[in-house]
Amino acid sequence: MSDNGFEPQIVGFLCRWCTYTGADLAGTSRIKYPPNVIPIKVMCSGRVDPSFVLKALADGADGVLISGCHPGDCHYSSGNYNALKRFHLLQSTLEQFGIEKERVKLTWVSASEGDLFASVVKDITATVSELGPLNWKSVASGVGEEKAS
Amino acid sequence: MSEKPKLALYWAASCGGCEIAVLDLSEKILDVANAFDIVFWPVAMDFKTKDVEAMEDKSIDVCLFNGAIRTSDNEYMAKLLRQKSKVLVAFGSCSYGGGIPALANLKTLRGIMERVYLESPSTVNPEKIFPKTHYQVPEGEIELPELYEDVRTLPQTVDVEYFVPGCAPNPDRIWDVVQAVVSGALPPAGSVVGAFEKTVCDECHFNKEEKKVKKFVRPHQVIPDTNRCLLEQGILCLGVATRGGCGAKCTNVNMPCRGCYGPAEGVADQGAKFLSAVASMVDSQDEAEIKEILKGVVDPVGTAYRFHLAASLLHKARSQEIAGEKALAAAKH
Ligand code: FES
Repeated sequence: MSDNGFEPQIVGFLCRWCTYTGADLAGTSRIKYPPNVIPIKVMCSGRVDPSFVLKALADGADGVLISGCHPGDCHYSSGNYNALKRFHLLQSTLEQFGIEKERVKLTWVSASEGDLFASVVKDITATVSELGPLNWKSVASGVGEEKAS
Repeated sequence: MSEKPKLALYWAASCGGCEIAVLDLSEKILDVANAFDIVFWPVAMDFKTKDVEAMEDKSIDVCLFNGAIRTSDNEYMAKLLRQKSKVLVAFGSCSYGGGIPALANLKTLRGIMERVYLESPSTVNPEKIFPKTHYQVPEGEIELPELYEDVRTLPQTVDVEYFVPGCAPNPDRIWDVVQAVVSGALPPAGSVVGAFEKTVCDECHFNKEEKKVKKFVRPHQVIPDTNRCLLEQGILCLGVATRGGCGAKCTNVNMPCRGCYGPAEGVADQGAKFLSAVASMVDSQDEAEIKEILKGVVDPVGTAYRFHLAASLLHKARSQEIAGEKALAAAKH
């Protein structure tokens, strides 16, 4: 939780082979981390279509975490590279819509990195807490507002 | 009196192209006039709103409604025609997905007003005069429709039976729709009619091979190979994410598809679908190079959502928020 008392809801799309297992390890190792990420198990980070992320945001998520195997380690060889490519295009798309791109994050966490998973969750929770709830009214940056900022 | 089915055609926030598309039926337009009793068509015949107001509810058999909903007048006409029509059809891209007018949804109303009435280089407005909905003149009060905060689709405003996509709809498909209405062979309500289930690629004549690109280019920067898929040549062509039915008119003349027929069957968000396809084509595994290649996609939203921004997942969420605030403000009064 941040100073402003806001508890963000973050949807986490975690690849079954690496990050989801890493999250399990964080749990069994009793590492403490914020409860704000709601995990959704996917077969591969490459399975995460940009529309999943948009739907999560549109349906009320304040942030989205996509996390998969490290580059070179994807169990389907290149799914995570596709995730990486989509992620960068998605970022510029979000910016154009007027949504802070920091709300969506892509990370690589392996099955043995429980501590890394905990720190990824801490990071994104802190970032999104700082940003506050997604303000749909500021989405669509009016020309006038653009200049003011 | 004739027993012919009654037909109405109306335009809201649109350019008039959909009306031209109906006229593009050429001599078949006479068959339409024979088959239907045209009871309202402001662009072609002299009807007034009060004529529609005087009609009995559900007395119009089919109303083809083109144009998006941007003003209070658009909304009034949409609700009126809904009340008077048995079958209301969202006709054309603006009505179905927001069309070009909905690109304005990337800006707030205030931003647009300031740009147009204060900031644009050709404007001199030291007194900061903005248009008003009511204005007193010696002869009385003048009233203008209110501009809404965002551009909406017809189905976001009233219930709609069918959707006919296209900017403008292909006249051959319009004819299919007319015949379906006449014969009564209409599909279940809620269907897209006058289009196909598969994508534009299915109708496109180009050879398709492997989609891997090192560089995206804009149409004016290259002379394309006229045998090969434009997307494979790095030209952003929306055919892969767009419903067919248009006859691939754009790619037939070597121009990329702009996506006016909207998402293919079962796709929730046309833009996301397209951007996903574009990203996967990038031929690199190096993050810096990926970013560099993607810089070639200069206007992702304007390209991927050109005709369907109002129906996008993100805009729908914003629109609901705006509607909620409006309702709240109304309740306070
Ligand atoms: S399987 Fe983990 S990212 Fe592909």
